[in-house]
Amino acid sequence: MAIEYDHSVGHEPRVIGARSPRVEDPSLLKGQGCFLDDIQLPGTLHAAFVRSPHAHAHMVSIDATQALKLPGVHAVYTAKELESVLVKLRMPLGFPTTALPQNITPFVLCPKEVCFVGEAVAVVVATSRHIAEDAAELIAVEYEPLPMVHDCRQALEANAPAVRLESPSNELNHFKVAYGDVDAAFSQAHRVVQASLSTHRGAAHPIEGRGVMADFSVRSELTVWSSTQMSHDLRQMLCELLGLNEDRVRVIAPDVGGGFGCKFLVYPEEIAIAACAKLLGQPVKWVEDRSEHFVSAIQEREQFWDVEMALGPQAEILGIRGQMLHDQGAYTPQGINCPYNAATGVTGPYKVGAYHLEVSVVQTNKVPTIPVRGAGYPEAAFVMERLLDLASVELGIGREQIRARNLVSKAQMPYEKQIKNRAGAPIILDSGDYLHCQEMVLKHIDFEGFKARQLAAKGQGRYIGLGFAHGVKGTGRGPFESGTVKVSPAGLVSVYTGALAMGQGLKTALAQICAEQLGVSASDVEVVCGDTRFVTMGLGGFASRQTVTAGSSVHLAAIQVRKKALKVASQILEASEDDLELWDGFVKVKGTDKQLSLGDISRKLRGVPGYALPLGVEAGLEYSEHWQTEVLAYSHSFHACEVEVDVQTGGVKLLRYVASQDSGKLINPMIVEGQLHGGITHGIGNALFEFMGYDEQAQPFTTTFADYLLPTATEIPDFEILFHESPAPFNPLGVKGVGESGTVPVVATIFSAIDDALRDWNIHLKHAPVSPVKLLEEILNQETVS
Amino acid sequence: MKSAAFTHHSPKTLQEALVLLGQCENAKVLAGGQSLMPMMNYRLVGVDHLIDINGIDELNSITQGAGFIEFGSMVRQYTIAQSDLIRERLPLMYEAIQYVGHMQTRNRGTLGGSLCHFDPSAEMALVAYSYDAELVVRNARGSRILSMSDFGRDFMTTALESDDLLIAVRIPLWPKDHGYSFVEFARRHGDFAIVSVATLMTLDPQGLMDRVSIHLGGVGATPQKLLDIEQELLGQKPSHDLFVKVAEVLSSLDALSDKLYPSWYRARLAQSLVVRSLALAHERCSTSDQVKHH
Amino acid sequence: MSSNPVKTIAFNLNGQNVQEDIQSRLNLADFLRQQCHLTGTHVGCEHGVCGACTVLVEGRAVRACLMLAVQVDQKNVITVEGITPERGLSILQESFWSEHGLQCGFCTPGVLISLTQLLKDHASPSPEQIRDVLSGHLCRCTGYQNMVKACMVAAKRMRDEPSNALAPVLHEVKDGH
Repeated sequence: MAIEYDHSVGHEPRVIGARSPRVEDPSLLKGQGCFLDDIQLPGTLHAAFVRSPHAHAHMVSIDATQALKLPGVHAVYTAKELESVLVKLRMPLGFPTTALPQNITPFVLCPKEVCFVGEAVAVVVATSRHIAEDAAELIAVEYEPLPMVHDCRQALEANAPAVRLESPSNELNHFKVAYGDVDAAFSQAHRVVQASLSTHRGAAHPIEGRGVMADFSVRSELTVWSSTQMSHDLRQMLCELLGLNEDRVRVIAPDVGGGFGCKFLVYPEEIAIAACAKLLGQPVKWVEDRSEHFVSAIQEREQFWDVEMALGPQAEILGIRGQMLHDQGAYTPQGINCPYNAATGVTGPYKVGAYHLEVSVVQTNKVPTIPVRGAGYPEAAFVMERLLDLASVELGIGREQIRARNLVSKAQMPYEKQIKNRAGAPIILDSGDYLHCQEMVLKHIDFEGFKARQLAAKGQGRYIGLGFAHGVKGTGRGPFESGTVKVSPAGLVSVYTGALAMGQGLKTALAQICAEQLGVSASDVEVVCGDTRFVTMGLGGFASRQTVTAGSSVHLAAIQVRKKALKVASQILEASEDDLELWDGFVKVKGTDKQLSLGDISRKLRGVPGYALPLGVEAGLEYSEHWQTEVLAYSHSFHACEVEVDVQTGGVKLLRYVASQDSGKLINPMIVEGQLHGGITHGIGNALFEFMGYDEQAQPFTTTFADYLLPTATEIPDFEILFHESPAPFNPLGVKGVGESGTVPVVATIFSAIDDALRDWNIHLKHAPVSPVKLLEEILNQETVS
Repeated sequence: MKSAAFTHHSPKTLQEALVLLGQCENAKVLAGGQSLMPMMNYRLVGVDHLIDINGIDELNSITQGAGFIEFGSMVRQYTIAQSDLIRERLPLMYEAIQYVGHMQTRNRGTLGGSLCHFDPSAEMALVAYSYDAELVVRNARGSRILSMSDFGRDFMTTALESDDLLIAVRIPLWPKDHGYSFVEFARRHGDFAIVSVATLMTLDPQGLMDRVSIHLGGVGATPQKLLDIEQELLGQKPSHDLFVKVAEVLSSLDALSDKLYPSWYRARLAQSLVVRSLALAHERCSTSDQVKHH
Repeated sequence: MSSNPVKTIAFNLNGQNVQEDIQSRLNLADFLRQQCHLTGTHVGCEHGVCGACTVLVEGRAVRACLMLAVQVDQKNVITVEGITPERGLSILQESFWSEHGLQCGFCTPGVLISLTQLLKDHASPSPEQIRDVLSGHLCRCTGYQNMVKACMVAAKRMRDEPSNALAPVLHEVKDGH
């Protein structure tokens, strides 16, 4: 099934692989970007939501009398009022499946039983957001508190309260991932290491929050602008919930100020705002503020693992078994692919003889969970790499050696694992050279010389450590993405796609791919994404998929457009196709000045009544492609970092960070570096800073940027990125994704380094993030013990 | 997160401001706004009248007197951060200001605003305690002077009444070759200190400590003077071992506790940071270079 | 609840004298975006941490979400639109473009404003100084590294081409209070 890289252009890539400055940048730099809140339509009304202050309660009554009297207030709606324009009150499940029970998704507005702090119970629409918030304060909601569950371990206890009264059990789903004879592996084991590990809740926090504007006022067509990662899904749900025909609904994603997973969902607020627009006949806009993001935008990363690893006499991994609890929050809006990714991702780049993991997906009275950048893979890598570090100490062999012994080798690829993905197909590590990357990075960071540096530092009373970890990420998730390439009679080249831009340079990458085939420069290609008017179908931006899927579709479509242009030109210019070249918007006969513009070819293919089109060619200089895939392209990262630990304060300083990245062929290495800088920084947040805290009443208590810490420029070192390109065998471009890859091995890498710095204390960090408090506690505990 | 409505007043003179403060119910003074405005955006405070004193020129000046420097309460933090005078004569304050927020917040934040807001972690409050500053407070009826330790009462509470305005902060100078250090531990650069230590010291001609001021921030509702430690150090020859010994008592300090930073952690931090602060202050005593800072 | 009276302010915005009527509680960021229709200044947190709303007031980078619009009466305000030349990009903007100093672009205008103040005060900032200024901004996309690089590149170009350095309006601004 492997496809060869297409060299039909007849020369080495000119545009692909170039560090092209991005086409997106000039207008963004001038402050001329068009983000959701920048769109100002006359007559727009502004919405504010009333949100539950309780983690679990029955809403007894809601009185908006005072609020409605406030000048400027147009409406206050609860579930009751919105039901008049909604087919149903309950959101459809994001990724439909029969494997999950019914009635697990959120409501457009909660009708009675609120299940997490922040759940919306009413919406106020007014002439300004200020007035809407004034009115919201005047709405009297009476609640009858119910017992709540703040922790997924508590949720499974015998007399735990129900997270949602309609749910028969707090355990939403239980599944297992298994292969091989794991009991035999453990009974034969030379050594066994065990660990109880956890990662903590965090949120996406794009600097632009969510936002949506709906306008129903023109010809009963609904136009919705949303800062979203999935315009087509949003359109589908709007149609489903408002009972509308797809052709009468248009969803447009404007410039999106970051997504990181939290905008890859259709939210109740988006439906509610559309319903308000329908009821009021005026455009209605809602812009999420930061305090709302903390209590109603999805969160992720809370998992508890009890695992053990069986090792053979050569330090080979005979088996891994254990159990995992995944905190799902109060509702399941989309599915449970995050715990699934984590459970199936543990073996990562390694050969593991047998595997058995029992997974419990557990509900709690907290914000619902869907993937945040990394989507379960960081948790998986964390677990595997921590076990390997423990094993290396237990067996007395180097951390690099135990990894080298168990890595899947380049020669073994494509390597089919015995673990199946959720569609039932086996996980295949398609290409890569993991050992080479490990060696390359360790050489670059001078791992060999580190022991001496560490000793010298200790002599000065400083504790430094070096840690490292592998991570793989399945990218390019299918089943397809749409890509259309069109040349207009004026010679303008356009690309249309259902893929979504959110800062990752998608437009530039697709422009480069298209430009390569058509012989124009990337800045001459206009890319339109995320607008349902231009493209019938699409899946959007998630799972680091768009370079692979949209890229492949655009590549194949551009090839067809190129072929067509050459075919037509060869007839008109009366030359053989071999004597033609495409350059700068023209098809030229090599060595002569005979040429035909792409625009002229396009005009020719639009047809003239009574005249035939060129022989053997269909109308239009355009082509649409929906390249399909059932497999993932696995990107690989190996990270190493040096840290310094202040053993008196528990403070950790990152001294140096080196990362290798194999994302196959790189369309634009500069953009890929940028994605890695951002992803690694997010991972640093997960390792040291980001802690979304809930107390025992399931009340969130880290709800400002002063309490929930994002890494800032003074806490981040310069990253040294080393590329390795193993072309992906299963897509025409040989590319792999990278958007999330940077996050995957970071926590494991940093923890490995901290352990190394604190060898004298025999510390093995197991819970992320590690704050200075927790680290000092570990240090002092070990001092007491010894 | 839009603020609730209020009436905004922008007095041009001190007198105008004092009259307004005396007359308006539920009024708050708006200085730099870096602490008050977030609270208003979150609707954590309800304010009917905002008395904006940014237009009152007479509160902006820095003047040198005999043995002290006086700051108008509206002196901006960035002015302090860029002042050669302060770097030379009040090096503790100069060192501390680098830890206060970020360049963007220091562009608006004021010395007086920080003292009146009186967050337990506020660096400027700790500095004012260290120097035993005097605060000039005025209302429509008259003027009075408070010592910093009388000014700071409790958790985010000062001695200011609802019609009072902080006019000036007077900081007594220490001798030209004094040792100083401001040390803190925060999660990220510019964050609130979890624990901070401010030390001032001088040595007599025999090299023994003859004057020591050491204060701790972030462990209590107000900055704390470590009087016992100060007294233990007087007359002693400074040494690392001595510093470690006197700081030991702090490990059992009954410090503030919250969900993220428990009491024992702040106590431990206090112990470690006091040693570092004393050592650094001593080091600076030994050299006459006042410009050294972090 | 107290009334919400309207005040008239007169100030200089990006080199133009402007007069507007505003409600007291309207903050500077919302005022610039909604009333002056300059949407380049963005709102990210409304509590003074993310820096997306940063503008220059009297030549100093401040959080517009923590200032009231009424407070810029008689003052000089510069937004990202004001540091953009009439045609093309400024040296700083070009450097961000060539060094990939932005991704989604939402935090970018605020960052450009802060670096504009830095480069006005320091012709040769060190990476540490640049990171210190950037620490007042939150970016979820870039990891800050390329912003530092872009600023170093811009600083060098400005030293080599002093007449081209900053957009014309900035030369007129004196440090105020």
